[in-house]
Amino acid sequence: MMQSWMTITLVLACGASWAAQPAGVVKIAKGSVAIERASETRTPTPGDRVEAGDRIVTGKDGQVGITLRDNTLLSAGPNSVLVLDQFAFDSTTHAGVIDASVRRGTLAVVSGKIARQAPESVRFRTPNAMLGVRGTSFVIDAGQEAP
Amino acid sequence: MHPAIPILAIGALIAWIEDAPAPAVREQVVLLPDTDGRVGQVTVTTPSATATLDRAYAVAEVLSDGQVVSGVASSAESVRQRFAATLAAQPPQPVSFNVFFVFDKDELTPESTAQFERIKAELVSRPAPEIVVIGHTDRVGALEYNDALSLKRAEMVRLALAQAGIAHAQMEVAGRGEREPVVATADEVAEPRNRRVEITVR
Repeated sequence: MMQSWMTITLVLACGASWAAQPAGVVKIAKGSVAIERASETRTPTPGDRVEAGDRIVTGKDGQVGITLRDNTLLSAGPNSVLVLDQFAFDSTTHAGVIDASVRRGTLAVVSGKIARQAPESVRFRTPNAMLGVRGTSFVIDAGQEAP
Repeated sequence: MHPAIPILAIGALIAWIEDAPAPAVREQVVLLPDTDGRVGQVTVTTPSATATLDRAYAVAEVLSDGQVVSGVASSAESVRQRFAATLAAQPPQPVSFNVFFVFDKDELTPESTAQFERIKAELVSRPAPEIVVIGHTDRVGALEYNDALSLKRAEMVRLALAQAGIAHAQMEVAGRGEREPVVATADEVAEPRNRRVEITVR
């Protein structure tokens, strides 16, 4: 009984600390960039949080750069749609998950700590393909038409 | 069989292949070398095909018929140019500084505190900078004990940074315990170089 209460307290404590930390932070935002979260759309400025579930959209002159909590670097070029479908990171064990989709346009990625610790937990999707990553840097052009 | 017939048949087949519309390139993935020159690996998978990229500037093209064709870009420069706007928005690489405590004391070595100026300079040069203070231990003691100890040391470094005027809103503290030694040792081996706190600026 004692142990189960301790477990619950621990889970609650971890949950709280995760909630306090964003999935990532916007470092660069130029031209037209929007972050759609739930039903709200906002224009991000450097320092703004990025959360799991966010949809990041750039216009024809838009560029955005985001550093995730595990040091993954993401940047999207003009006319792009990026969705951070899932993100979790434990800063003690480096366990976690990254699931992101480039629905349109371009994305550059420098993989971070999760890809080093557990590459199978990192997935990048395009409209027609899925990418598996082993500790590296790459660019994706997903084109301008979703299937 | 007349020898001309198979030749005609092959000719017709070639004509048919040439007439068939080539599948369009829907998507491209290009592997880049890491900043330290190393090259990792990316696999590109569709329901009908998969390609593995493991050379610098290797390219995978996802075609409209689901096939994946791989090759190598004509030059590094062509890739940099084509993705110029995307790469220009890439946030700067995080940088880390290691600090050490005076043996058996809650006090940082003078060499460690001397690095604080470089940390300040990094904070000024980066867009929307964050600090992550990560404690590490050697392998003496149990895993859980070292997790707690590393977190405590990281907290102490956070205080030291604050006292040096590096009180930053975006400061995260983590304890990585004995999981990430800089010097590999057997369990229960004391190794002062592993008893460190890593300050990452990103």
